[in-house]
Amino acid sequence: MGIRGLKMPNFGVVVFPGSNCDHDCYHVIKHVFDQGCEFVWHEEKSLGGLNCVILPGGFSYGDYLRTGAIARFSPVMKAVEKFALSGGLVIGICNGFQILVEAGLLPGALMKNSSLKFVCKWVNIRVENNNTPFTHLMKMGDVLRIPIAHGDGNYFAPPDDIRDLNVVFRYCNRGGRITPESNPNGSIENIAGICNRQGNILGMMPHPERCSEELLGGEDGRLIFESVISWLERPESIREIKTYSRTKV
Amino acid sequence: MKEFIVKIEVKLKPIILDPQGKAVLTALHNLGYDEVQETRIGKLIELKVKDENAENVKERVQEMCKKLLANPVIEDFVVKVD
Repeated sequence: MGIRGLKMPNFGVVVFPGSNCDHDCYHVIKHVFDQGCEFVWHEEKSLGGLNCVILPGGFSYGDYLRTGAIARFSPVMKAVEKFALSGGLVIGICNGFQILVEAGLLPGALMKNSSLKFVCKWVNIRVENNNTPFTHLMKMGDVLRIPIAHGDGNYFAPPDDIRDLNVVFRYCNRGGRITPESNPNGSIENIAGICNRQGNILGMMPHPERCSEELLGGEDGRLIFESVISWLERPESIREIKTYSRTKV
Repeated sequence: MKEFIVKIEVKLKPIILDPQGKAVLTALHNLGYDEVQETRIGKLIELKVKDENAENVKERVQEMCKKLLANPVIEDFVVKVD
């Protein structure tokens, strides 16, 4: 049971053929945070009983055609769309982010890194919006140290759409300055993570599940999961979900 | 029912930088092909389609491109039906 006697938040981690960060996400939610968590097979048609769905990293369908392009037509994605449109919390990490943009649940596209290389390293990201369920325990301008590992993380949105984006994280240097040198993949305006307008869908290239335990070299990723858990434990969250369901993504 | 061969060219939109094309351009210059001004790399997708007529095929394939074969945010496509 969570605080205030509410039922413990229940997370679902979607498993596509080729997902490879699914177990990491499950482990963090279940064993680090002691929350309810279950795997959701990509052929599932319902997400009943879940409060937050995670689309994990990996190489769904071998990244054939374009990253995320085939996974977005999995049966489970219809359920994810319905869940998201009714205000359910959705997090897409790395390949999960790629699937969300292909599905049109988030704007823009993720292209090949400008270096043409797969980049696997620790980066810094700055919090650009702390008014979301995923970041409300952070302060504006906070810098998180977090790993990335991707070949297609170069975020793009047409110039006319850039101004309307709900940017949540940008790549920055250790001091929190947005510089070209701190941009690991060529993303437009150093964008590392975005939310939809309503703020209930988050897509990000960095991996919070890989830095939620001191043993793994950092714990900044915890802030994202802690934000979600505390957000779901507030009684008003239920009401907000109902409000969301009347608006369109 | 007739059988058609459909060729779909998928290219990055002109406003999108193409780092792969740029790397290949540099390689061509290194080989001495200085006359090459620009290189853009895309994809060629071939489909074998059974349908009644070419117009139908073209319409259906355009739909396939918008839904799956190309990403309209970053890519343009051209459909040729033979």
